[in-house]
Formats: sequence, structure tokens, C-alpha cells
Amino acid sequence: MTETPLLSVRNLSLGVQRKGRATTVIVDDISFDVAEGERFGIVGESGSGKSLTLRAIANLLPAGVKVLSGTIAYRGQDLQTMPAKSRRRLAGQEIAMIFQEPMTALNPVMRVGEQIAESPRRNLGLSKSAAMDLAIDMMRKTGIPDPAHRARAYPHELSGGLRQRIMIAMALSCSPRLLLCDEPTTALDVTVQLQVLRLLEQLCEDTETALVFVTHDLGVVNQTCRELGVMYAGEIVERGRVKDVFADPRHPYTKGLLDSAPDFDQPDRELIAIAGFPPNLADRPDGCPFQPRCSFAVERCATSRPRLEPVLPVLPGREAACFETARIFQGATA
Amino acid sequence: MTTAPAPTLPPVTAARRPARSRSLRPWYRNGPLVAGIVIVGGLILVAIFAPLITPYSPTTQNLTDVLQGPSGAHWLGTDQFGRDVFTRLVWSTRVDLRIGFIAVLIPFVVGSILGGLAGYFGGWLDLIVMRLVDIFFAFPFYVMVIALVFVLGAGETSIYLAIATVSWVSYAKIVRGEVLVAKQQDYVMAARLGGFSHLRVLARHIGPNVLSQAIIYAMSDIVQDIMAIVTLGYLGLGIAPPTAEWGSMISQGQQFITTQWEQATIPGLAVVVTSLGLSWLGDGLSDLLSPDRRK
Repeated sequence: MTETPLLSVRNLSLGVQRKGRATTVIVDDISFDVAEGERFGIVGESGSGKSLTLRAIANLLPAGVKVLSGTIAYRGQDLQTMPAKSRRRLAGQEIAMIFQEPMTALNPVMRVGEQIAESPRRNLGLSKSAAMDLAIDMMRKTGIPDPAHRARAYPHELSGGLRQRIMIAMALSCSPRLLLCDEPTTALDVTVQLQVLRLLEQLCEDTETALVFVTHDLGVVNQTCRELGVMYAGEIVERGRVKDVFADPRHPYTKGLLDSAPDFDQPDRELIAIAGFPPNLADRPDGCPFQPRCSFAVERCATSRPRLEPVLPVLPGREAACFETARIFQGATA
Repeated sequence: MTTAPAPTLPPVTAARRPARSRSLRPWYRNGPLVAGIVIVGGLILVAIFAPLITPYSPTTQNLTDVLQGPSGAHWLGTDQFGRDVFTRLVWSTRVDLRIGFIAVLIPFVVGSILGGLAGYFGGWLDLIVMRLVDIFFAFPFYVMVIALVFVLGAGETSIYLAIATVSWVSYAKIVRGEVLVAKQQDYVMAARLGGFSHLRVLARHIGPNVLSQAIIYAMSDIVQDIMAIVTLGYLGLGIAPPTAEWGSMISQGQQFITTQWEQATIPGLAVVVTSLGLSWLGDGLSDLLSPDRRK
């Protein structure tokens, strides 16, 4: 890691404030860094706050959701306090995002070529024809056959896989340094999913673009990311390099996730579901949010909240928010 | 995990143009649309070529030939000033269509812009615009239009002003609602993250996606506006007398309804046909432009 990370999220809390009612905290005090060229995955179930975190970085929070505290810094500059104009320039040139639904993430009444070309034209000051050439070139790079013709198509004329490639071409058209991916492959067939992931990986590697990758699919994280944060009920509960976390999960939630996902190496292994439901965010328990569902829970889990702490054996960036990491370690090896 | 297969880029298929059709049914198989185009198109042609269609002037009086019945020279007879009724009917098309279209254009533009800004930016702007909309909505259309034309004085400009003042609210409401939905769409998020200015996002990315509903409404609004113009003409508040206009023709003709029924009836029928044509056109267009018909 370099001294100033490309993206640094510090103690970020997001929530909904309403008059006369208690604030609902949706994302609670999370921190992570993403270095240049790093690929950071955020895993969690629906409602764990992973997408909102991403949208907060992109300044695209839905109406009503506010940053309650904490900072999001890009190359050391706080995005919250930055003037709107320079923030917009940053958004156009350095930060890009790929959305979950290729159906809704493209403007239905604009030809896809124009959509890709618009950003380089505005942000890099290219001429109309140069921007279109770049767009067609980007489409070729994303493996779209016959790009010159396809550039004139409208989104509804293309398949889901092609549309997602258009999204990728659009996001990468200004060579961003940071690419935010919000479950970019969820809406695709598994075969197309793999193609798109490989493509993303390869393109990001070529240009050394950093990736923040939000997904609920552990397999996808395993394929694309190097670093991982597991989110549960708006908190990062475990963090580390993907291979370390997968080999030796130290938070019962991560362990539960891995136990409930099929594994090709052990096709006969029984899948164990995590019992219960995530807590109601409007009425957070005092203790560990996972405690009611946790088979490792001890008495103090109900009353005090574990914080992210390094776990043994010490590995770079390896942390878990659990009091009982040592027991889980034994449980995992057993 | 097993090693995944090597990344396979899709095979390059032969160059083929993407199909352009939006629905299985071509536009000319859409009955109301075709009927609407034929009727409205015909009326527009009549309006444009009015001087070529009849040899008479719509306003010159000829007091030796008053109140004649239909004949070869005067197909629909003459009115109490000896003017050819058919000529006046044809020239009225010009006046009523022109006023109808312009009267719809002003509130369409004003309402769409205000509604779009209110929906996109929200906050106090939305509050002010929507409370204004509520106020205007509280008054019945005709009461408000007639009152405004009465205050502003008869004439074309007052009609535009009156109708614009009353009917921009509908466009504002429609466009605001559509913008509220559209601005949550990912493509708008993508555009915002693309570093574009708010106005650019609104005009280029949201605008084309939300205007179709306003256009469809505009087609039915023209019908209402033409009815309003005719009503105003009938009440003597519309276009000043010598100019031919369906409403004033009806009100003049009804004095002679027992002897020359066609003088009031035929302009009335012209209004009916025009309204029907515009309604069908609007219907057909809404079929063609509605998002649920689009794939």
C-alpha cells in the first residue's frame, strides 16, 4: 500500500434522519482503504448497507439518506467538503460506476455509442468524431462484435450481456482510476457473468484501475477481488485478503456464509443455512448485531459490541469484529 | 474451486443491422392513428390552402345575397351579411387550428420546464411550483379561461394567455411525476456520475424519456383548447366578429336555426370532426409512444 490510499473511507455512518423519531443508522462506522490498482470486494446480504456505501462514495445517495459522520477521501481530499464543481470533474474523469441492472442503467432513448461518447466528449474535451471513435474502440475492447454498427443501436436492441459490456465501456471511457461496481453481474446468466467478470478484471489490470466491488456472491468475490470486507447489518464484521478469509473465516457470519454456499471441491458437503434474520436496523440490539443468530455467542455478546480487531495469526489487514475468534478458529479446523 | 475456463470473448458474428422495429404491429396498422392522421392532415391542408378552395372572401359582405339557401354558387348558402358559409367554414379551420396548436404549445413548454425543474431539484422550488399548481387546479377550466379572457379583453393574445395560464399546471404535474420516477433510474445516476451538469442531465437524459406522456396529453389538450376557443367565440369573447371562426358562426347561425339549420349545424359538425380526429391521433400516438409498448 502507498502512503495515501486512492480511496479512504473513515468511520463512515449513513442513516435516515426523521423529525421526531430516532435516527435509523443503516451503515455504522465503517472504515476501509483502497490502494491504487487494488481490487476490494464488499460482501453482504440484501440490506447490509453495501450498495449504500458504494453510492455514498459516488455521491448518489437516495433522497433522505445522509452521511451522519465520517469521511470519504479520494487521494486525501474529502469528498464531502469538496466544492461541487471539482467533485463533478472528479466524478467524470476519475471515478466511474457500473450498475447492477443493465436494463435500467442505460438511457433507453439514446444510441449506445452516443452514451459512451458523451462522457469523453464533455470531460476530456474530445471532438464529436474523436469521442465516437473512442466509444467504438471501447466497445471493441469490451468484446462487442461489430462495434461500429452496434454503436448505432438503442439499448433495447441489445442483449443483457451486451448491455453490461456497454456499461463497462461507458464506465471506462475516461480511464477512471477508481471503478465502483454494484453487483454488475447479478442480472446476467452465469456463463455471461464469467465472461463479464474476466473482462472487467482484464481491463482493470491493463489500466491499473482500482475496483470496489459490491456483491452478495462469494464466488464472484473469489474470482475478482484480492481484498474483502464482509458486511452485516451495516457493519464490516470481517476483513482481510480474500484467500485468507475464505481459508480461515474468523467471524461466525463469514463462516456461516461460506458454509451455506456450494463448493465445487466438495460437492457432497451439506449446505448449512444461517438461522434467523438480520436485525431490524431501526431497533438495533445493544450487543453484537449477529448475536441472536450466532452459535458461538457467549454472555457478553448480548451486552457489548465487538469492534474490528486484528486476529491471530496476524496477517496484513486481517481483522474481525468478534469476541470469540479463537473458538471459531478451532471450530473451522475441526 | 476448480479453475474456471479461459475468458471467452463472444465469436464475431456476421455484421447485421440491429432490427429497428419497436413492436410487432407497424404504425400504419394502428387504426386510430391512421384515422387521426387522415382527418387532422386533411384539416391542416384545408387550413393552408383555404384561399384556393373557395373563390369568395370570408369577410366581404354582400348585402344583396343575404340568407340564401344552398345552391351551386353557395354550397352552404349565405349568412345574414351575404357571406358564403362554406368559405367561412373553410377559413375558420385556419383560425381555430392555429389558435389551438399555439395555445397548446405555450403551456406545454412552460409546464414541462417548470414541472421538470420542480421534480428534478425538489426542495423549495418543488414546493412553490406544486402549491401554484394546486391553486390553479382548484378552479374549473372554463370558469378560469372565460374570466381571464373577460379581464384581458377579447382577441387572440388573450386566448393564448388565458389558456396558458390555466393549462400549464397539467403539464407541470405530468412531467414532474415522470421526472420523479426517472431521476431514480440508474441511467440518470450514471449520467450524474459522468460529471455532467444538472441541466444537461435533465435536458438530455431525463427530458426525452419523460416528454412522451406530456405529448400524449397535449393531443387531448388541443381538443379541449379548440372547444374553449369555440365556446369563447360562441359567447362573443373570442375572435373579433368579422373574422370567420366556428364558435361565432354557430352563435350567429342559431338565430336562423328554424329556416337555415345548416348555418349553425355545419360549423358544429366541423368542431366534432376536428375533435374526433385529434382524439384519435392522440390515442394512436399514445399507443406508439407509451413506454409499456416500447421494448
